[in-house]
Amino acid sequence: MSVVAATRRRESSRARRVSLILLTAVLAMFALTLSYGDFQISLPDVVRSLLGLPTPAGVDYIMHSLRLPRASVSALAGLAFGLSGAIFQQLLRNPLASPDVIGVAQGATTAAVLAVLVGGYSGSFVSVIGLIGALITAIVIYALSWQKGVGGYRLILVGIGVGTALTSITSFILTRSDVKVAAEALIWLTGSVNGRTWAQIVPLFIALVILLPAALMLGRTLSGLQLGDDLAKAFGVRVETSRMLLLLTAVILAGMATAAAGPIAFVAFMSGPIAVRLVGGGRPVLLQAGLVGALLVLVADFIGSHLLGARQYPVGVITGVIGAPYLLWLLATANRTGRGG
Amino acid sequence: MTETRHRRATVLTTGLVVIAVALAGAALLSLAVGARDIPFGTVMHALANPDSGARDDLIITQSRIPRTFVGLLAGAAFGLAGTLIQGVTRNPLADPGILGVNAGAGLFVVIAISLFGVTTLTGYVWFGFAGAAITSVLVYTIGSIGRGGATPIKLALAGAAVTAALTSFTTAVLLTDVDTFDQFRFWQVGSLANRGSDVVVQSLPFLLAGALLAFASARALNALALGDDVATSFGQNVLVARLIAGLAIVLLCGTATSMAGPIVFIGLMIPHVARAITGPDHRWMLPYSMLLAPLLLLLADVLGRVVARPGEVQVGIVTAIIGAPVFVILARRRRLAEL
Repeated sequence: MSVVAATRRRESSRARRVSLILLTAVLAMFALTLSYGDFQISLPDVVRSLLGLPTPAGVDYIMHSLRLPRASVSALAGLAFGLSGAIFQQLLRNPLASPDVIGVAQGATTAAVLAVLVGGYSGSFVSVIGLIGALITAIVIYALSWQKGVGGYRLILVGIGVGTALTSITSFILTRSDVKVAAEALIWLTGSVNGRTWAQIVPLFIALVILLPAALMLGRTLSGLQLGDDLAKAFGVRVETSRMLLLLTAVILAGMATAAAGPIAFVAFMSGPIAVRLVGGGRPVLLQAGLVGALLVLVADFIGSHLLGARQYPVGVITGVIGAPYLLWLLATANRTGRGG
Repeated sequence: MTETRHRRATVLTTGLVVIAVALAGAALLSLAVGARDIPFGTVMHALANPDSGARDDLIITQSRIPRTFVGLLAGAAFGLAGTLIQGVTRNPLADPGILGVNAGAGLFVVIAISLFGVTTLTGYVWFGFAGAAITSVLVYTIGSIGRGGATPIKLALAGAAVTAALTSFTTAVLLTDVDTFDQFRFWQVGSLANRGSDVVVQSLPFLLAGALLAFASARALNALALGDDVATSFGQNVLVARLIAGLAIVLLCGTATSMAGPIVFIGLMIPHVARAITGPDHRWMLPYSMLLAPLLLLLADVLGRVVARPGEVQVGIVTAIIGAPVFVILARRRRLAEL
């Protein structure tokens, strides 16, 4: 018994240590995003500007209109994608079941593109529409794959099918718009954190304030749910209620993040497995996955905007290029251990 | 025994004839229906006097005849390729779109437009072809790494991964070049419109070669369906059979995608319809797929012209909306991986 207890203590202290390190890294990247650019702002000036103290000319404008929104939406959307992906993956017991693979993100995308290009809306109303799109898509996919329970692979395949159809609807809307508007929509479709306004960021922030604690609390039942429905019931976890609430949380997070920053490829998909690897021990790691997500978006955006020559690329291009080899690697290793289906 | 087999052959042949007649009807419909409806009498007149110079005759000869031929050829190619892919991989969800072939063709078309300044569909064809060929080999190789060979889920995921990577590169190019994006967005949805007859002519040899190889591998596919071990014991060289079918797939998919753009789900659905009619014999499934797919494609195209007048909905969108429910139904089937 004492061995078990000691192992648990060791594991949870490692989880805490990983969280701390990740949090530090996220804050460092956040600060770097604020300070680095064509117009360098020294770290003391960054802090002074954030605190509202007097700063050299131009600093306040660049900070509050350009860099702070950018850094905030990167961190928040990354956090939401990471959390959402980890919830999906751990709930469905499948590393491939993240919202961007199974069509939920595509639902938000199609809805948002409709709202912007056809409806002519902008700002926080688009967030709401994106969220509704994600919710409806999730419900449809869940219902379509229901057969005395939701099988992991069935859900993934149904999701890929639904996602493909939604993607072609999005392409259709693009052909129906003025090319300038469509080109702007393309940037958003790729996932971009450039030029966001507070009207887009605040809804995401509010959602995270409410849903992050909720997800972490519900997440405690995850290790029960991961055992499978029967065992979880035997341990007294109210399976369906917990599962529905968690899924709902994950869908809302994915929808809000997509609405704010576009469907940034692969962040939801990569964060969970990376966090599991960092923490070890095979336990649910929601908070760490969220932090990994935030770090990924911040780093990818930094690469896309500063390290690739004169041209700036939206963050989604970078994460797509990083993520695809990762998916292939996962496929190969899953095959080796016999979990490849 | 022989009697029933004969009768079955007669029934299936009659079925083929019926579908061929329906296909001819769909082709006529495709000539007559559009932003400007043209009566069948005039269609016949235009077919008989292609050089009359009358306005309706011009619409028929310049625009609708090439369009209909592209639909017929690309449809037949998608149908055959879908049946081959599903047969070779023994995977009921295999489809050029799901397997990332379209993304490969897309990236190469973007490169053609942006880097080489190609502006005509005739020019895209070669690039789309190369992209589709390279990607299909890549995805299949990745999907068959490791245990169990190319299972449905592994192929679908390898396709999704390759699609994501290639799409990122495509987007990176498109974002820097609005003119390219303006051309590409219309290619991307999949359409039969505005293809000249030169596209038809230059694709024809590839399609013929692909179709010949496809029919040549019908028997081998029947053997492969029993599993590699049984096929080998029947004296089938599994590797050669796969290679021939693979070459046919690359030729057919590559050419069809370069002609009509990425059209998803049609190569997926048609083999299932064919199999439901003929049973699992590829010697019948292939001709049925070859006629059913263009039938569906032409009807979808005509539907797309009717629903949004005076504009039109591209055929790729129509097939995606019809196809997604079929894909979902297939994914729900229990014995999915055991084709």
